[in-house]
Amino acid sequence: MACNSSGCESGSCGREKENGSKAEEEVIGAKKESVCLKCKSNEPMTFGDGGSDDGRFCADCFRSNVYGKFRLAVTSHAMITPSDNVLVAFSGGSSSRVALQFVHELQVKALRNYEASRDRSLPVFGVGVAFVDESAAYPPALSSEMGDAVAWVRSTVLSMSPPEKDLHVVPIESVFGSESVEARDRLVKLLDSVSDETGKEDLLLHLKMLSLQKVASENGYNRLVVGSCTSRLASHVLTATVKGRGYSLSADIQHVDARWKVPVVLPLRDCVWQEITRLCHLDGLKTVELARDQHPQSGINDLVSSFVALLQEENPSRECTIVRTAAKLTPFYFNKIPETDDSCVPMATQRRLKKFNLKYDGSMTTEAFCPICNGPLNDSDSSDLNTFEGCHDSDALFAACCSSCRFQILPQDRSSLEHFGSLLPHHMISQVKHHQKFDSQTYLREKIKDCLLLDDEEAV
Amino acid sequence: MEASEEGKSKKKAGASRLCCLCNQRRPVLKRPKTLQQICKECFYEVFEEEIHQVIVKNHLFKSGERVAIGASGGKDSTVLAYVLSELNRRHSYGLDLFLLSIDEGITGYRDDSLETVKRNELQYGLPLKILSYEDLYGWTMDDIVKMIGLKNNCTFCGVFRRQALDRGGALLKVDKLVTGHNADDIAETVLLNILRGDIARLSRCTSITTGEDGPIPRCKPFKYTYEKEIVMYAYFKKLDYFSTECIYSPNAYRGFAREFIKDLERLRPRAILDIIESGEDFRIATSTKMPEQGTCERCGYISSQKWCKACVLLDGLNRGLPKMGIGRARGGVNGDNKDTRKPASAAKSIESKKCGSLDF
Repeated sequence: MACNSSGCESGSCGREKENGSKAEEEVIGAKKESVCLKCKSNEPMTFGDGGSDDGRFCADCFRSNVYGKFRLAVTSHAMITPSDNVLVAFSGGSSSRVALQFVHELQVKALRNYEASRDRSLPVFGVGVAFVDESAAYPPALSSEMGDAVAWVRSTVLSMSPPEKDLHVVPIESVFGSESVEARDRLVKLLDSVSDETGKEDLLLHLKMLSLQKVASENGYNRLVVGSCTSRLASHVLTATVKGRGYSLSADIQHVDARWKVPVVLPLRDCVWQEITRLCHLDGLKTVELARDQHPQSGINDLVSSFVALLQEENPSRECTIVRTAAKLTPFYFNKIPETDDSCVPMATQRRLKKFNLKYDGSMTTEAFCPICNGPLNDSDSSDLNTFEGCHDSDALFAACCSSCRFQILPQDRSSLEHFGSLLPHHMISQVKHHQKFDSQTYLREKIKDCLLLDDEEAV
Repeated sequence: MEASEEGKSKKKAGASRLCCLCNQRRPVLKRPKTLQQICKECFYEVFEEEIHQVIVKNHLFKSGERVAIGASGGKDSTVLAYVLSELNRRHSYGLDLFLLSIDEGITGYRDDSLETVKRNELQYGLPLKILSYEDLYGWTMDDIVKMIGLKNNCTFCGVFRRQALDRGGALLKVDKLVTGHNADDIAETVLLNILRGDIARLSRCTSITTGEDGPIPRCKPFKYTYEKEIVMYAYFKKLDYFSTECIYSPNAYRGFAREFIKDLERLRPRAILDIIESGEDFRIATSTKMPEQGTCERCGYISSQKWCKACVLLDGLNRGLPKMGIGRARGGVNGDNKDTRKPASAAKSIESKKCGSLDF
């Protein structure tokens, strides 16, 4: 259910607004001094932002509508369960601010229930916050600006207790295992060796995810909450299409992405940008925007954002339609929270997981993944892998990557590629070695070894 | 890869001043697809050779087939006619080629472009057949636009033209139809289908051959050919073609996708092919509800509903109900059982012309 937002005129999704919208306008005109369409008692809110559905719902109904979508996503996909330790990726922007706020409210409610319950059987899930400091990627860094931002983040997180939440400020160069000047230099060198503007932006995004994964697993978190909303996913659908990443697209836009060590969940996937900004405005949720975010970059990602903005002007439901279309693509086996026999996980959760997972007709194929973007490889990409016989590390890297990363991120000539490979974080390079050793026989054996009576050498 | 590569190759050309493919002649153009600086002769060669490879690798034709080229007089179909007849000769495809043109009845546009096709007939020595909407349906696009205005007129034209091409092909007794849809067109269609939520079309629109189970299969040899290169080819070869946009098209939704792709091409030329590749790679379940194929009760044309779209639209036009057939089916022949049809308006009762007398 990609879209049942208040900002989406679902009746006319995908079609020109003609008679439908005219009728709606008449209705609104007639009911201008009246009541919230939902509860029929309170006065409707007007945001005056020129968006759709202005003046239809009262503040309470609007808020509960948005929160309701968040909660539905969380429960139906088992995103957060009592025994979990959840890390919220917080950039300071509106989307992640709302995600953080909602997760906090969920946690507060869980705490209240816990304290009120007699047997205290259901623990309260833990919440931590991670803020990635990307300033090393943009020298000369405006250190005072970043310092202020971090201070603001810290105070925001502090204001959200009880329950208390740990804050992890993660410098992006931590993907190299340290936070030294050398690490910062290495980051700059790595980004500089990418000549394509869009490739550079995307590589930074992949490194960002890697740094979040690192801090999550090192600190005992088992879920990573990301605040991506419908609007961002709509842009992603188009950028992926335009970069030849049609095969892996369906992996990126689901509610759950468990191909990572710490599964990534998207509880705001069904909320549109307009709702999120309105909510921030309504509840006085402050956000911070760093100077570099305000500079439009000249790559494909920004071209697509402007395109989507243009389409939205023409039809405010376009983002919803785009994501709904992409949602019809077949997801991957890792697009669900893996079932677990862990006895710590409450029975109710296990039942819900099983019930939800039944919907996916267990396609048991494993996928090979691109070491840089972690995208599942298409047959044509991975066939190169199987026929690969070269001995150079750079050949191995080239063979292991998807065609999109090969074009926009990897340097073209061998010596630059060697150098680039040496600069990549260890985690990405180890993926390459993992590919080389991938062997279906070994994989199958792993699956059935508990039933094998003979050792490999004795087998017929 | 983008501006910097261009810069690099400019420097290279400055240094060597030779076509980077043959290294003999002076480069006169930058190839839109790859930004290589090459001479005219090499351009002709790569352009024609790439199309030949597409034809061979995708098994588009069999020797002895009768093939109709959908000819509008525009650059795509003119270049298609030229290149196809040239490759037919050069590589002995053994094809019998014809030109098939559809006259939608658009004054100041189609009547001019048809003159071009008539000249093509003489220039390329390919027999020409012209079919008109007037003859087939009793309506010209001018009449239709007068009735329904400038929104949804492309829907009418597209639906009518598809059927017209099939009927023309049947008249000429051809085995296959080829159209000049180029890479830009297909990339636009992929984007449009994403924007409009049409997953079923999305799964079909990148196929190089369609309608294999229908009366006349049609294929698109220009699937991987850039529009800019087609224009370049026509320009250098001084081919005769008609170059105006359809006068009724400015409001087409496709315009959004087209502008975007033009901007995209400037940043990264290969993105057009990447969109097509994405379209081919999308994971769309084969169990996605595909329409069941039947025949139209009114005219016998292939249809997934009781009446084919052309008949539905035509019926709407003839009864003064121009919205019929646009948007979701509600009442009427193809909709629910409830009869919500309004009585035909007294003002215009043009006798509805039966959809041709050809059996399928």
